[in-house]
Amino acid sequence: MLTTAEAEQRTGTVLEVKNLKAYYQMNYFGVQREVRAVDDITLSIKRNEVYGIAGESSSGKSSLIKTIAGAINPPLRVVDGSVKFDFDGNFVDVYGEPGSMNSARWRHLSYIMQGSMNVLNPVRRVKRSFEDFAFEHMGLSKAEFWPRVRQHLEKLGLNPNVLEAYPHQLSGGMRQRLTIALATVCEPEFIIADEPTTALDVLVQQDVLGLIKDVQERMGSSIIFVTHDMTVHAAIADRIGIVYAGRLVEEGPSIDIFRRPQHPYTAHLISSLPRLGDPKRRQALAGKPPNLADPPPACRFHPRCPLAIDKCKTDNPPLVARETGRVACWRAGEVEVS
Amino acid sequence: MSKLLELDQVTKTFQIGGLLDRATLQAVKGVSFDIDDAKAEIFTIVGESGSGKTTIAKMILGNEVPTTGTIRFEGRDVTTVRKRRDRLDFMKRVQPIFQNPFEAFNPLTPIDLFLFTTAKQFCGAKTRAEQESQADKALQHVGLSLAEIKGRYSHELSGGQLQRIAVARALIPEPKLIVADEPVSMVDASLRMSIVNLFQHLRDDLGVSIIYITHDLATAYYISDRVIIMHRGDVVEAGNAQEVLDNPKHEYSTALKNAVLPPDPERASAALRHRRAERQAERA
Amino acid sequence: MFKVLRDLLRYNREFLIGFILTASLVIYASLHFFSPYDNTAIYLLPPDMPPSPDYWLGTTSRGQDIFWQISAALWNTMTFGITVTVISRMLALTMGMISGYIGGRGDRVLMTINDTLIALPNLPILLLVYFVMREQMNWAILAVVTACLSWNYDARIIRSVALSLRQREFTRHAVYAGMSMPQVLVRQHMPYVMPIVFFTAMNNLIFAIGIEVTLAVLGFIDLNRPTIGGMINWANQHQAIVAGVWWWIAFPIIAIVLLFLGLFLLAISINEYIDPRSRLARMGG
Repeated sequence: MLTTAEAEQRTGTVLEVKNLKAYYQMNYFGVQREVRAVDDITLSIKRNEVYGIAGESSSGKSSLIKTIAGAINPPLRVVDGSVKFDFDGNFVDVYGEPGSMNSARWRHLSYIMQGSMNVLNPVRRVKRSFEDFAFEHMGLSKAEFWPRVRQHLEKLGLNPNVLEAYPHQLSGGMRQRLTIALATVCEPEFIIADEPTTALDVLVQQDVLGLIKDVQERMGSSIIFVTHDMTVHAAIADRIGIVYAGRLVEEGPSIDIFRRPQHPYTAHLISSLPRLGDPKRRQALAGKPPNLADPPPACRFHPRCPLAIDKCKTDNPPLVARETGRVACWRAGEVEVS
Repeated sequence: MSKLLELDQVTKTFQIGGLLDRATLQAVKGVSFDIDDAKAEIFTIVGESGSGKTTIAKMILGNEVPTTGTIRFEGRDVTTVRKRRDRLDFMKRVQPIFQNPFEAFNPLTPIDLFLFTTAKQFCGAKTRAEQESQADKALQHVGLSLAEIKGRYSHELSGGQLQRIAVARALIPEPKLIVADEPVSMVDASLRMSIVNLFQHLRDDLGVSIIYITHDLATAYYISDRVIIMHRGDVVEAGNAQEVLDNPKHEYSTALKNAVLPPDPERASAALRHRRAERQAERA
Repeated sequence: MFKVLRDLLRYNREFLIGFILTASLVIYASLHFFSPYDNTAIYLLPPDMPPSPDYWLGTTSRGQDIFWQISAALWNTMTFGITVTVISRMLALTMGMISGYIGGRGDRVLMTINDTLIALPNLPILLLVYFVMREQMNWAILAVVTACLSWNYDARIIRSVALSLRQREFTRHAVYAGMSMPQVLVRQHMPYVMPIVFFTAMNNLIFAIGIEVTLAVLGFIDLNRPTIGGMINWANQHQAIVAGVWWWIAFPIIAIVLLFLGLFLLAISINEYIDPRSRLARMGG
């Protein structure tokens, strides 16, 4: 484990995604379909950074992180682009050299999912799950392994005695915290968190978020945090990328995304959030999320956009750099936030 | 004044466990409230999982029988509604909306079938044309039209649209009461407001009362007239929604309110830091 | 319907092979209506003739043409097997779906009946029925009895799916849309259960034909009516293998194996097509 000072010193880029395109290509009894779930996405993530990915369900955000983690199966295929990791000098080109990801998983990269508490085998003690999942990857003897696990749990504020319990004896929040401990026992440099708090009760949600933040700060790791809940992003993300219909439409530091959104879609996401103590009527966005098998031409947001002009229907706006971030909109910055 | 719905000291006890280790679980402990017939309102039940809020919904719908206490709908004890004829009459007055819009309609049958059947069973619409006009009228209330969804399957529509269609289906019999159990928890945040605003429209323009069951304080604050906060089967606080949520008195409601993350990075991360510091202190 | 058939033939090799195989066997079996000989008559032809241009598949020791015998036997065996399958699938489907849907006490009662039937031994019951019925015994009664003995396991499988369907929200929506139990079961749940019905149908068909063959070999059914089992029984009685009349045994067995194969390929490929997951994928879900 790194000291706090060492953790803070980690800088530089840990992940580079360039022009990534991943499509679902299917053929069922003569019905051919192509779904462009990840359509030309370029982004990079620095060390020691929490990068939030926001978007509606079926916007392609799950496909994006699966592709980044190298955990895709047909019919989802990478058509173009690259995903490159730099784990403190260990370079991994996920789609350049097949199989290169296998050795990096667990040691350098781990995955926390929604409902991942279900990875704990219900009929075995928690410690058996730790043994099953982590022991092989650590390369330690049994005598070294258990002290490490207990030490790790203690650092995360969990009582090591829970290792002796069966999953059903623990609450949902405790199980989720344990799986986060399990996923991070190898101290990975990179953590992918996919809606880890969505199914949890309100009171537990903050504790789980707090734990993820603890882990991140202590180990100086980078996190990709995916959720559709903007308030969670507000609490945890340093930078936020907004995904709409398979494309990145805006990216920037959280504070700018919330206070000065440039893209009309982002502005809508922020202003539609209900707030305690403010019963002002808030409008919902008209229309429905586009079907990725048949997306609208040019800017994919134009059918629902209150600011759409003719150009939006014919030309796709490129993702261009702004002062603090990037945005893909012909009318960037013109939107008002209420 | 007559009451639309009355719950009088309702409790529900479940037997859990097998033959050897029987245990009882008190899911609902003596809950009473009522909803007026004359004035439609949005009555919200707030609670986390295990608070008993879903059990209350099931009991109101007649799918669970209270262990003690009574639930009366328009003066009649709902446990006496058993015959199919009576059930149909009851369902014409009370309709439910459930949590998961993607599960609301059978993925293998077109959605409009559900609307047409409802029109046929409850409104006596015999011909397809009558059924279509009934369905279309209900869909107009939720901001859709029959032309948009005719012959469609549930996977072709978004969660927000499906949930609105579920509401439209519930509206066809022109019910007095809609019981909505966590109707927005599976809907994307960006589409949530379309459902929540719809509830206001139903209350204000159609005179439908709604029992809104949720764990989300922000939307509860936004639309409710009255609220009860439940914790492990007990009502810990009740009253006017905005008064209760602006100044919670009970320890648990205060904790719930503090757990709501504000939609602003500075305040939200400060709240999270505060929580982590608290936890750290507890451990030390 | 025609489009479905065309798609299946074009894109699914198993279906194509199964379809050709089954179709040719059905055509072959229905040819017995035009048979030049009465298929219950014996000693019409010279016995024990090996396959030749005159007698394509040879003749039996009882002086019958094997080609025409198999044609009639296939027809009868198929009719028997399909009758059993249809009746027992209907029983399994109704019992399984109702039991799973109503749940609670009704479910326990139905499943107790079901489990009791599972515990009963099939063959002794069939023999008992045979001894009780004696003179009135014909293939239709046998089919009904066999069907009644062979739906239980599948009813349990169907019930398990029905139990999970009952918990799904769309079922509750259907109830609040005013649908009655039969409507919910037929319109909402049936598509999820049909793949199981198809798949178990194959097993059941094999079981039914196996029962017929067994009873025929033991001599417990009308042996004058040609069936595949009956042919094997006669061949055994005449010690066909020892006598070197191999064609009397070989061709009926080849015919029945081809029939199994064809039906099996059809069942698995239709199954793949009607499976809810594959259907949703084709619809774009």
